[in-house]
Amino acid sequence: MSELLDPTSEQKSAHRERVKRPRSLDGLTIGLLDISKSRGDVFLDRIASHLTRRNYAVNRYVKPTFTRPAPIALQQQIAAECDVVVEGLAD
Amino acid sequence: MSTRPDGLIAVVKQDCPTCTRIVSVLRQLGKRTSALAVYTQDNPEFPSGIATVIDDTSLAHSYRLGIETVPTLLRFENGKEVARAIGWHRGEWESVSACTHLGASLPSSLPGCGSKSAEPGVPEKLAIQFGKTKLAARRIAIGALEDEIEACFERGWTDGLPVVPPTEERILHMLTGTTRSPDEGVGMTPPNYSACTVEKVAINAVLAGCKPEYLPVVLAAVEAALAEAFGMHGLLATTFFAGPMIVVNGPIARNIGMNARINALGQGNRANATIGRALQLVIRNIGGGVPGGIDRAMLGNPGKYTFCFAEREGDSPWESLAVERGFSPEASTVTLFAGSGVTPVMDQASRDPDALCRSFAACLKADGHPKHANSPPPVLVISPEHTRRYADAGWSKARFRNTLNRYLQIPIAGLIAGAGGIAEGISKERTKEKETMPKFRDNALHIVRAGGDAGLFSAIISSWGGSQPITKEIVP
Repeated sequence: MSELLDPTSEQKSAHRERVKRPRSLDGLTIGLLDISKSRGDVFLDRIASHLTRRNYAVNRYVKPTFTRPAPIALQQQIAAECDVVVEGLAD
Repeated sequence: MSTRPDGLIAVVKQDCPTCTRIVSVLRQLGKRTSALAVYTQDNPEFPSGIATVIDDTSLAHSYRLGIETVPTLLRFENGKEVARAIGWHRGEWESVSACTHLGASLPSSLPGCGSKSAEPGVPEKLAIQFGKTKLAARRIAIGALEDEIEACFERGWTDGLPVVPPTEERILHMLTGTTRSPDEGVGMTPPNYSACTVEKVAINAVLAGCKPEYLPVVLAAVEAALAEAFGMHGLLATTFFAGPMIVVNGPIARNIGMNARINALGQGNRANATIGRALQLVIRNIGGGVPGGIDRAMLGNPGKYTFCFAEREGDSPWESLAVERGFSPEASTVTLFAGSGVTPVMDQASRDPDALCRSFAACLKADGHPKHANSPPPVLVISPEHTRRYADAGWSKARFRNTLNRYLQIPIAGLIAGAGGIAEGISKERTKEKETMPKFRDNALHIVRAGGDAGLFSAIISSWGGSQPITKEIVP
């Protein structure tokens, strides 16, 4: 581990901040990412049916394998097409 | 720090030929005085035959004693250093030790070697380990698997290009470039008006890739940017193109290797590139001036990465920008200007100075818009070949300026809104009882000489109306 000195006026947290969570899903496109972990699709199918019943826009994506990060093209596609993403992490 | 016992201290390293040759002298001193301590920097076994050899491979003692050369002999009395001899010089050693007939078989003097505590990069490490000066900036831990340069990107500290990660060693090294204290205030940095210290400027100078000797120039540029009349806040907030541009005058430009010649406004010179970049990073990181935030530039210009050059003074027939602005030719200064990019002036035909003035005026009249008058004065960067036209004809800079200003008077009729079928222009009310108007406010065109030997071109750097140029003297 190394240490850098802050070049800023130090008015923000030293920790990287997460993207703000939306207050509501109204008008947003929701991505559902299947990371190819066993039974993740079952979980996401259920989420999708709940969301579409409430008329939310849902896109489905599949990562080739849970053992590696998503391919850059898929990351870019999801970032371009969705406002929020749900993924199933565990089986 | 505990006080040192009275007596003699010799600081040596085995790797130094002079140190190995004066071992006999150390033994002589050891026999004649019980109060001799030898601090050894590299091999704790060296030198043999001395009662008190202290292992200083950590270099803590060498750092605290301020040793630059080995061997160094010091004398302490009442816990304070009272005498010091550097290298081997019989007379000095005899004086410091109050012993006579030292090293009879040696030459009367031998130069020493560099202390291990003074090797490149080492003083900064020792200052962190053993020194008193602690930097105030917040420490940010970077994970073992994180790339430091990527970490700087992710934290938003860069202008889009990679920066040099600001480690404590690099910042301490940067601070050797100024005599000013790290905690000294430089001013409040727009747009957030956050307190700016010498230390914070040094951190951003590290990010930008500066050498320590550039730091005084960066500090002067930051001071100029923080001056109220420069209007840095407005310069960010405007949708116009401009950003701070730095012109350096005086001996420092040559001393730190700035480029005033071929490609002076372009890439490739470290001092030009990193000084301008450091100023932009100070505004971004300390001031919080980020594009899309307070920086509302509609297009911006490439000079907003960095825009810094030196005036070509040495072989100039004319006084420099800084001298015109009231500074001595021996002073080193920065002049900060709100610069909006570079427009070429091409005149390869004019042979007499008057014709060339008409040519300059014709090009300058289009600055911003051909139907604008009383515009903020731009910088005219005049090339050596164009300057020679005037020097050969014996024209002073004042005569050049006056002639140019005469040709920059514009007949009102063509300037009025709607004239020539162009809606842009000045309102009729502003033109009362005048036949002409000056193209530039107060006829105050800024004239700087720069560029390579060949090329019958000059350059216009447009300004922005909300800013006044600021000149600051660079202090070490």
